[in-house]
This record gives sequence, structure tokens and C-alpha cells, in this order.
Amino acid sequence: MFDRRDLLKGAGLAALAATLNSTRALALDTVTLPFANGERPLVKYPQKRPMIGLTSRPPQLETPFAVFNDGPITPNNAFFVRYHLSDMPYNLDPDKFTLEVKGKVDKPLKLSLKDIRKMKATEIVAVNQCSGNSRGFFEPRVAGGQLANGAMGCARWRGVPLKAVLEMAGVQTGAKQVTFNGMDGPVNDKTPDFVKALDIDHASDGEVMLAYGMNGEDLPFLNGFPLRLVVPGYYGTYWVKHLNEITVIDNVYDGFWMKSAYRIPDTPNNAVEPGTAPKATIPINRFTIRSFITSVPDGAKLKAGAVTLRGIAFDGGKGIKEVQVSTDGGKTWVSAKLGKDLGRYAFREWKLPVKLAAGSHELKVRATGNGGETQPDTPRWNPAGYLRNVVETVRVTVA
Amino acid sequence: MQRTVLLTITLALAAAAASAFAAPVNYKTPDELAAFKPGPNLEVVQGNCSACHSSDYVATQPPMKDKRAFWQAEVTKMIKVYGAPIDDADVGKIVDYLAATY
Repeated sequence: MFDRRDLLKGAGLAALAATLNSTRALALDTVTLPFANGERPLVKYPQKRPMIGLTSRPPQLETPFAVFNDGPITPNNAFFVRYHLSDMPYNLDPDKFTLEVKGKVDKPLKLSLKDIRKMKATEIVAVNQCSGNSRGFFEPRVAGGQLANGAMGCARWRGVPLKAVLEMAGVQTGAKQVTFNGMDGPVNDKTPDFVKALDIDHASDGEVMLAYGMNGEDLPFLNGFPLRLVVPGYYGTYWVKHLNEITVIDNVYDGFWMKSAYRIPDTPNNAVEPGTAPKATIPINRFTIRSFITSVPDGAKLKAGAVTLRGIAFDGGKGIKEVQVSTDGGKTWVSAKLGKDLGRYAFREWKLPVKLAAGSHELKVRATGNGGETQPDTPRWNPAGYLRNVVETVRVTVA
Repeated sequence: MQRTVLLTITLALAAAAASAFAAPVNYKTPDELAAFKPGPNLEVVQGNCSACHSSDYVATQPPMKDKRAFWQAEVTKMIKVYGAPIDDADVGKIVDYLAATY
């Protein structure tokens, strides 16, 4: 995907600027993502290693793809960052932070972080993926954040079930949805605040979590410190950061970020003919199933002979049943060995020893979920650039 | 004097240990490096667009066949959807700049 040496160069400089309050920045180097106009700076933010900089205000950072070969858990300092609005709570005081629970509840709540940390904690390993992950690969291209495949990550989240907090507040009969608002907001009053909604049944399923911990540490600031929503299997748009306001409502929320943005075509595979507009849309929801080769970047030169290919797979929560690999451009497929099962929402590692003869090869990987769904050979298309899950190809030259 | 300082430090450490967070976060982002490229009506673009987002939002968009239609749609979206307070007189200037420069 890009030269690994770029990362190493960055890492040395990163050590110089590792504190939270560093204003030293910045463009350590550049990387070129594999699509037109794909040049990006490598940038260093507090609590983060050098990341692919998409935008600086508000900050959007993509994970360098080589990180995904290091294991199924994405380190906090490499986890992608996506914001919509520029008025950020950079100076929030965790001791004064309160989560408000209100609306159609018997007992409105104001919980401090201490209150929440005193509750019985649960943990879940789950992938978070930006709806726009891989948008840069859409053809024809579409407007929006032009990301390669690095706007995803898998972490062990720690917190309390949303269900427990809703039960404390006492959801009233007639409740239909729950809305979530974070401390980040618009610079301009006329810009719609970023508020998301889940149906009440989903919000109360016991899996949706209010998380304060990530991989054994507090959430990094840019990943939603001190509290964020975790919605396993669902795109990151629902994982509201700096979460401080939960409202139970008795209707379907019609704010901009639900009603107009983050919509997918209401068609059988949520796709439309490339370049056309859908007749009807629904809110984006669960991840499509995906898999990647992580051990070999596109364009790599390999020595002839035995090599073990490795990678990851994940889906929207059914879990991965099988991963198959092709070294001949998709003519024949062999099942890979799956790694440790960290749960049905986690990255599932896979590996497969193969023998490569001299010449050019197209390596492909295809996952099948426990529900039987698999990845298409040709990319689906929609105007917002969501849901990409085509079988990915890595081209290598063997000598 | 020195003892007072030591005592203060000790108390501060004790307080830090008692509560994981003792102070506001004060997160500092790096300075913005990117800037709008030189072009016609640059100051109109800087004045309108920079209020809400950095210039890399523009610079990273894909190369489109019909640049003018693409940027017209983006500027319209900023006004109609995100409430950008752009004067009618400036809309054309901004689209001209974007279509000519990106």
C-alpha cells in the first residue's frame, strides 16, 4: 500500500513528540494511497503514532495498512480517527464530565465517570469501521473522505451495557428510539449537530456498550475520551464519541445525520448501477463481510518458493466461517487456517502457506460468514461510497 | 522552602494516584499545515470555507470529469445542508476558484 520505510522514518520522529500536549507536528513524510489524488501526509498527533492524515480540522486519520499485519487487535495509538464537526471538546474535564440520560424515562439520570466506572463492567472485542472506509477505490469516484482500507480497527472495549443504564433510568412504554449526542459540535449554529439514533430494541440488546476503556487503557482523546458508544457489528457512524447525552424518544429520530446522511440504497444488495441515484434509501447499518491479505502489500516483489500468507477477516456479527485464498487470480481457491476466535465481532486472523513460482501472480482472499454470505467478485456501487466488500486482489511479482 | 515544594509534589502525586484524571485534557492538535492553493478569489474562499474546515477537505477530493458541476454541488451542499453563511455574490467566485484550482 505504501513504502514501509516511510513508517519507520516517522517512528523515530514520533518518539520526540510523544506527549499529550505536544504542538510539534507534523508532516513527517508522505504516503501515496493507490488511487488518483491519493497523496497524504504522515502526521503525528498526541497519543498517536504517525498516521495517514486525511484532514486536519476536524482531524481525520487513517491507519497505515501494515499495522493490520501485527495482530488482530489494533493498538490505540494506531486506531483511525474520524470527526465531522470542528468544535471539539479539547479541554474537557473528566472530573466534571456527566452523562445525561433523559427523554421518555421514569428517572432522568446525570452520571459522572466515577458513577459509570462503579457499575458492573463488561468487555467485548469488536471491529469499528468507518462507513467511508475504502471510498477512494470507488469507480466512478464519489465525493467524501477519500480513504484507502485503513479506516477500520479492532479493539477490546470495556464499559457498561447501555441496557443497564437504560434500566436504571426506566424506559417508558411507547419508547421507539434512543438518540446519542457527544460533546463535539458544529462551529456554526446552522450546521446540524452530530446526533445518531438506534431503535430501542437494539439499544437494549445488552451488547451495545458505553465504553470508557480500550485495549486496557482509557480511550485516547481522538477515539472519544472519556466515553463513547460501541455498537458491535455496526458502522462507526453510530459509535458516538465524547458521549454525554442519551435521549429516549417515542418517534423515529429525523435529524440530518440519520434522515439524510449515512443512507444506503434500499435495494437487495444495497447497490445501484454505477453513476446512478437510488430511488429509496435506508440508514446504513451492519458491516458487509470483508477480508484482507495483510502480510504482502500490493506490488510486492517476492522470492520464488514457500511463503505463508496472512490476513484478517470480519463481518457484521455472524462471525467468520471460512477464508479462502487464491494465488492464480481466482481460478482455484484453498481454505486458510483460521486464527484464535476473539468473538464474532472481532478481526479473525487467517494464514495459509503457499508456493509461488516465478512470474506475476494475483493473490485474492474471500471470506464466508456463519450466515453463508460471502464477498462479490465485482464491486458494488452506491453514491456515498459505502459498504465496499469486493474480493480484494494483491498483485505480486515473484522471481 | 524545599520541604514545602517536596510536600506539594507528594500531595500532587497522591491526588493523581487517587483519581486517574486530575485536570482537564488540554489536547493540542498539530498546527494546520495545509493551505488553499493560490488561485482566483483565494481570499473569498479562505474567508468562507476556513471557518468550518481545513483546506485538505477540498484538496483530497477525487479528480472529477466535470469539475465545475462537482464543485457547484459541493458548495450548494455546504450552504443548504450545513448552513454555511455564504453571500449569494460569493458563490460563483468560490465555484470558479475550486473548478480552476482543484
